[in-house]
Amino acid sequence: MAGKTDLRRFPGFLAVTTLCLFVLYAPLIVVAVYSFNASTSITNWGGMSLMWYVDVFTGPEAPKFQKAALNSMIIAVCASVIATIVATLAAVAMTRAGRLRGKIFSFALINLPLMVPEVVTAVASLVFFSAIGFTTGLTTILIAHTVFCIPFAYLPISARMQSIPDMYEQAAMDLYASPREAFRLVLLPLMTPGILSGFLLAFIISLDDFLITNFVKGAGVETLPTAIFGSVKQGIKPNIMAISTLMLVVSVAFVSLSWLVGRMGQDKKKNN
Amino acid sequence: MASPEIAVSVDQVVKRYGNVTALNGVSLDIRENEFFTLLGPSGCGKTTLLRAIAGFEDVTEGHIRLKGQDLVDQPPFKRPVNTVFQQYALFPHMSVTENVLFGLLRKSWSRQDAERRAQDVLELVQLSDFADRKPGQLSGGQQQRVALARALAPRPEVLLLDEPLSALDLKLRQAVRMELKAIQRETGIAFIFVTHDQEEALTMSDRIAVMSAGHVQQVGTPKEIYETPVNRFVADFIGETNLLDVQVLSVTGGLAQVLMPGNRNFKCPAAAVVNAGPGHLSVRPERISVCAEAAGDLSATVIDHTYLGTDIQLHVKLVDGEAMSVRLQNAETTLMPETGVVVGLSLEAGAARLLAD
Repeated sequence: MAGKTDLRRFPGFLAVTTLCLFVLYAPLIVVAVYSFNASTSITNWGGMSLMWYVDVFTGPEAPKFQKAALNSMIIAVCASVIATIVATLAAVAMTRAGRLRGKIFSFALINLPLMVPEVVTAVASLVFFSAIGFTTGLTTILIAHTVFCIPFAYLPISARMQSIPDMYEQAAMDLYASPREAFRLVLLPLMTPGILSGFLLAFIISLDDFLITNFVKGAGVETLPTAIFGSVKQGIKPNIMAISTLMLVVSVAFVSLSWLVGRMGQDKKKNN
Repeated sequence: MASPEIAVSVDQVVKRYGNVTALNGVSLDIRENEFFTLLGPSGCGKTTLLRAIAGFEDVTEGHIRLKGQDLVDQPPFKRPVNTVFQQYALFPHMSVTENVLFGLLRKSWSRQDAERRAQDVLELVQLSDFADRKPGQLSGGQQQRVALARALAPRPEVLLLDEPLSALDLKLRQAVRMELKAIQRETGIAFIFVTHDQEEALTMSDRIAVMSAGHVQQVGTPKEIYETPVNRFVADFIGETNLLDVQVLSVTGGLAQVLMPGNRNFKCPAAAVVNAGPGHLSVRPERISVCAEAAGDLSATVIDHTYLGTDIQLHVKLVDGEAMSVRLQNAETTLMPETGVVVGLSLEAGAARLLAD
């Protein structure tokens, strides 16, 4: 450890770090603080109040946001569940199939959605859906979300899977478990932390996606991010800040949970 | 051919990975109730053979029969053999008892019978007090015993052990050897044990198959392997030996006339050698004694000696420059030749093993 370079000795390290952190987090802090503003202005502080949070749930725009939040929830749950199942199967196949032909190609194929510019995917999805005559709506959002959630679910699951030696399945089969039983009773429980972590990540990615959703959603169908954007176009009101803060809290909670679950699995492994 | 006392019969088994031949026509008969060891350096094919018996490797050619029944087309979960893995492979999310129950329940034992059996085997390996622990909460030695209990529980026809002691430290390993041997006797099933440690093999086995480069070099009891190796590889791999380049002058009636380095004649059992010509003489260091120069079968100069406690190892050099080692018992009567002195070495004729080239 003594050989490690002490970063603090670099000139300007503190200044650069502070600047980066400021640019990253100052806007979020401003939004969070102003969501408790007692005034209708978004720039002048009028005292501490929870009125905008009350407004979110009971105000004139409440039904619209509630419907959008429900849509977001339905899509996030369905898309992340399907994506997690697909990603789990893909991870098992990729790490256990040995010298599978086209393995590198498959890996690229699974992870490509991470590299393709999102707007390209969005346009492509829209063109695709209209080409095959799909009516845009919840279903199209769900399909599009499932697709881009797969790589996010795949990464933690595959990382977990690679750390499980195949001797466990061999031991299970040596003890008279059929391949199916070996998967269900041994491999799956060992993969669980990775699967949970992947699911939570996919869930949060789906929950706050705007770009693709905005392209493939039908008229009148809104998710929370598109509803917020729609509302902002008519001028920013502090209730948007309250919703944003709520979403931020949910996101942070999920990401932390995902991280904790992943770490739990690693600790367990270290004990062995 | 399937005699009733053969547990596992390995018949002309060949295993190739692409161009690499891991097993090159291996044939072995493992008897019931015996502690059988596959011994060899890493890469000799011993683990491949064990995995082929367990069903984790397909064989390219040949047959493996368990009590006369061909196993080759059976998947591992249908073979009535169990394995103790090198890294144990205990299921980390299950308790010790659940690990032991796993095989029993897959074999459709009733819950009640399975639990009784699990208790019995955990008692056998003296781990009853740890039944509810997770494998991660056990020491290496305890994990090794859980792995043994788990593999023994479903009453396999044969138990396969893949270097199960290699992850333990030396002291523990020596204690576990005796324990493992005792458990084998108590259960009365054949153990097939893979190791690269010749001491382990010699102390535990009823019979040993010495393997090298995909071939079985020799099968025999530890005494046979040690005292009458059939070739240079076995002589060299098992224990310490002196290999002398000699000329076989004649072979008559099982007795060979040999010309030793330094041109003295020596008579010894011909063993497998039938023709005159170049050969090798393997002599264990403890089967050589020091005598007057003129009386010896060999003449050598003392280079050095090492004190080993029970023994003293003498390093000598022959006239042709070849180094040899001699072990003398550390007794009061043992005369210690000085460094630089030329002495005679007398070989026990019965213990010298003549090997073909």
